[in-house]
Amino acid sequence: MPTTRRQFLSLAGGVTAAGTIPIVTLRPLRATPAMLNTAIRNVVGEAPIRTGKVKVDIPPLVENGNTVPMTVTVASPMTADDHVKSIHVFNEKNPQPNIANFYLGPSSGRAQVATRIRLADTQKVVAIARLSDDTFWQVAVDVVVTLAACTEEMN
Amino acid sequence: MAALINVPAKARRGDVIEIRTLTSHIMETGFRHTADGKLVPRDIITSFTCRYNGTEIFRADLFPAIAANPYLSFFAVAKESGRFEFEWIGDNGYSSTASASITVE
Repeated sequence: MPTTRRQFLSLAGGVTAAGTIPIVTLRPLRATPAMLNTAIRNVVGEAPIRTGKVKVDIPPLVENGNTVPMTVTVASPMTADDHVKSIHVFNEKNPQPNIANFYLGPSSGRAQVATRIRLADTQKVVAIARLSDDTFWQVAVDVVVTLAACTEEMN
Repeated sequence: MAALINVPAKARRGDVIEIRTLTSHIMETGFRHTADGKLVPRDIITSFTCRYNGTEIFRADLFPAIAANPYLSFFAVAKESGRFEFEWIGDNGYSSTASASITVE
């Protein structure tokens, strides 16, 4: 029996679908909000996270996602009894949800850290601080990115 | 590798000083492809440590989301004259160190 056009097309479509799906599942191009939550829970555990104390300075509109200046400040006296132990920064849509972990202590004097980060898309940046009494405080900032980073082709 | 360190040469005891570091590194994310479709392997700095007269005062875990040529700024209380030592550790056995001295009055 000669192959009809319809049979041929359905076969070709099936091959294409089978060929593309594994690639997509093997390497997700971006982190999902679920991955963001998992990454946060890996650091925080089951402890509650309160909003406040943490401030993120980042341009609200970014033209080049390859280098975005970011400053994280935590309101803390930084004494031996009351200081910031660590600051964890996460993103929502880069290929992976972590940006950086910073570990400080009373000898830091001021709970402020600055660096330059990459952002692959318009998304949310989350900063979480762990204080010396093991409470967690967070802030989320929305950033609009016009030129994405991380996944572009090399020339 | 080349690193730029900015630490004040002098400070009064108890002052909070800013330390800024910049080091040259490609920070290849491991998510990019060449024109012929091959994945470029990850090559990043994963850890940065600052020690003040031997005591660790600041440490950072870095991920591919840190821009190329990692810049870090942080603070420290000037307690005594001495040395700040900086260390960057990364993929493929990468390791780099730098230091700066400070006089505390």
